[in-house]
Amino acid sequence: MTAKIAYGDIEVGTELPTQTFPVTRATLVQYAGASGDFNPIHWNEKFAKEVGLPDVIAHGMFTMAEAIRVVTDWAGDPGAVVEYGVRFTKPVVVPNDEQGATIEVSGKVAAKLDDNRVRVDLTVKSAGQKVLGMSRAVVQLA
Amino acid sequence: MALDQSFVGRSYPPTDPYEVGREKIREFAQAVGDTNPAYTDPEAAKALGHSDVIAPPTFVFAITFKAAAQVTTDPQLGLDYSRVVHGDQKFAYTRPVRAGDRLRVTSTIEAIKSMAGNEILDIRGEVHDEAGEHVVTAWTKLVARGADATEGEA
Repeated sequence: MTAKIAYGDIEVGTELPTQTFPVTRATLVQYAGASGDFNPIHWNEKFAKEVGLPDVIAHGMFTMAEAIRVVTDWAGDPGAVVEYGVRFTKPVVVPNDEQGATIEVSGKVAAKLDDNRVRVDLTVKSAGQKVLGMSRAVVQLA
Repeated sequence: MALDQSFVGRSYPPTDPYEVGREKIREFAQAVGDTNPAYTDPEAAKALGHSDVIAPPTFVFAITFKAAAQVTTDPQLGLDYSRVVHGDQKFAYTRPVRAGDRLRVTSTIEAIKSMAGNEILDIRGEVHDEAGEHVVTAWTKLVARGADATEGEA
């Protein structure tokens, strides 16, 4: 249950390949079904605006799921993720058009830990704004 | 009204087992657009050392959040859930969740705080398999926005 990346090959500051993830209204409906989170702020524009949001917003847990893909794609084995945490700081607003929104995720090794583990800090943005804070994963390397 | 501090440390009974299915994992992986074969192909998962397909790291939230409803709907606690937003989320894994797991969640209230008119509730969900072995712990911070704090805010 360890990654294909060797601890010895990694230095603090090593960058993970940046990825961009699209999210449309259809994505949110699909995620609602798969996750069981049917909160109408994620699919009903009228409801979202009534509770003071600018528009329908993505599930925070959807954004969290996309962000860790930068780590799992890099590590090879998703089971190498031993810790993962985020703070939901800003919503990802998803307009009702074919483009929707995009979530841009970059990652960097911030610390080398004991037992061949590293801490990766993620930067997660949508429409130029950070949407997750304190987004960190601890990964077990080979 | 402020939440009762005496609830800090309270644990709720373990949930009935949730059986993790291969097709549910596939559905979740497709919903997040993740084509990693470890989620859908048992042979690919085995090549990585797992006994069956594994779930993406955040998959378990659906299970722990459902379990946390024991806390959020506890009439004695009296949380106004219509004002709740998700503040923070963290997971610590002993091993990945995998198909065939029968998982039970034990939810505990770790902290209750009042800040700037908001009520902040920290819930820890300990997830164990059928053998009683620890799989993952999920920490969920919920923020119940105070009536005054919501005026004029997005």
